[in-house]
Amino acid sequence: MTTITAPTFPRLFAGIDVGPSYRAHLNRFGDRPTFNDRKAEGLRTLHQLLDDAPLIGRGGGGIAASLKLAFLSTSTKPVIVVNAMEGEPASSKGVALAMVAPHLVLDGALMLAEALKSSQIIIAIADDDTRTTQGFQRAIGERRESISMEISHPPAHYVTGEESALVHWLDEGSALPTFRPIKPSFVKIGRRAALVHNLETLAHLALLARFGAGWYRSRGTSSSPGTTLITVSGAVQSPSTYEWTFGRTLGELIEQAGGLVEGFGGALIGGYGGTWVGGNALSLPIDHASLRSAGATLGPGIVVVLPKASCPVAEVTRVVEWMANESVGQCGPCVYGLPALAKDLRTLGWSRSTRNQFDRLLHHLTEVDGRGACRHPDGVVRLIRSCLSVFSAHFDEHLRSGPCAAVNAPTVMVLPKNRRR
Amino acid sequence: MRLVVNPIACDAFGYCAELAPELIHLDEWGYPVIDREVTRGLLPLAEEIVAACPRRALSIRND
Repeated sequence: MTTITAPTFPRLFAGIDVGPSYRAHLNRFGDRPTFNDRKAEGLRTLHQLLDDAPLIGRGGGGIAASLKLAFLSTSTKPVIVVNAMEGEPASSKGVALAMVAPHLVLDGALMLAEALKSSQIIIAIADDDTRTTQGFQRAIGERRESISMEISHPPAHYVTGEESALVHWLDEGSALPTFRPIKPSFVKIGRRAALVHNLETLAHLALLARFGAGWYRSRGTSSSPGTTLITVSGAVQSPSTYEWTFGRTLGELIEQAGGLVEGFGGALIGGYGGTWVGGNALSLPIDHASLRSAGATLGPGIVVVLPKASCPVAEVTRVVEWMANESVGQCGPCVYGLPALAKDLRTLGWSRSTRNQFDRLLHHLTEVDGRGACRHPDGVVRLIRSCLSVFSAHFDEHLRSGPCAAVNAPTVMVLPKNRRR
Repeated sequence: MRLVVNPIACDAFGYCAELAPELIHLDEWGYPVIDREVTRGLLPLAEEIVAACPRRALSIRND
């Protein structure tokens, strides 16, 4: 008999050397604990674990996983939705989990389903993401479970991973966000409530349930316990998804990713609705509290490193143009506002612009902020505002002397082709 | 109390800002921006524009 030991580090990737098979998973982590007793005791225990950790959702909203559970407790038997949409172009943690630890994700979803007496788990993977699909198909095929686990393929768009858009698609086949003036709110598939979690959140739950809140808290900081997956790209030698202990610095993360390709010019943190940090941020600890005090958030775990020679105006312009094309076209301020912002930025970046044109950009930012049904336009506003504040000297230079030398350098940001809807 | 626009339903008819400039202005694309809370005195006006919206995109919330 093998003895099961709690992994020290890495955690989610502890099985990386033995492969993603179910047998290897059971050998490394043992069977999953069950929370399916006839009374609600199991659910209470699970809820307590989430609170004690506390397990913060890894989807980018920074919502405590227990909050979603508390919100559901009046309804029964929700559909469990595993959100593996990975709409962020600069994230690859979904495929990393599918390749290394799909059974941790399935364990987390199954434990929730058992505790809530649910009979259905849906794993939502973008329709063009064949590698993540293959990983989960193989993993599901290895299991004999009484709870149904199926893969669903919403269309690959930036916004489809948003919770209400995702559930809307699963419910009615329309991948559009819905208007929810009060959040958090119930999302439903047919008459069933849906409980949506990012796939990484569920993988952490699988380990938390086995090894306990004390173990969970034994790494990381007191307000951001545990580890988290971060996809690092841009000016690093080995761009990839890394498991990271909360509280270690951005500089250490870059070292982990093979070190800088050239000088450090700052970074985009949190994805394309995220925030920037400047060239002095190498000593910034990556945990929720430290990032918040730097005006940043981790989002779903994304860091894009800018080389010192790049032009942040050009980089943010291209991302905003891409984000404008990803609008689903439901709300006027997003449909008209995002292209207007993109145009303002392009003028600033590529021609000699006036103070008036700069003020126009600032005006458009206030016009667009908070006026969509989903957070897509707000993300773009946050991205631009943060860029303006972190790289204000560079913007000033553009205003003073026109386009800089780096404005036509190759893009650092990953920009996939926008797909037509 | 506050006015809430459902931005998905709104089609920029603009009746709201026309009828209640005290509460709403239009952005440069013709979509409404809520300027202030609905006070007791402004409640009848707010109710009027909620009823006048051809897209039923406005509502009043107590929070």
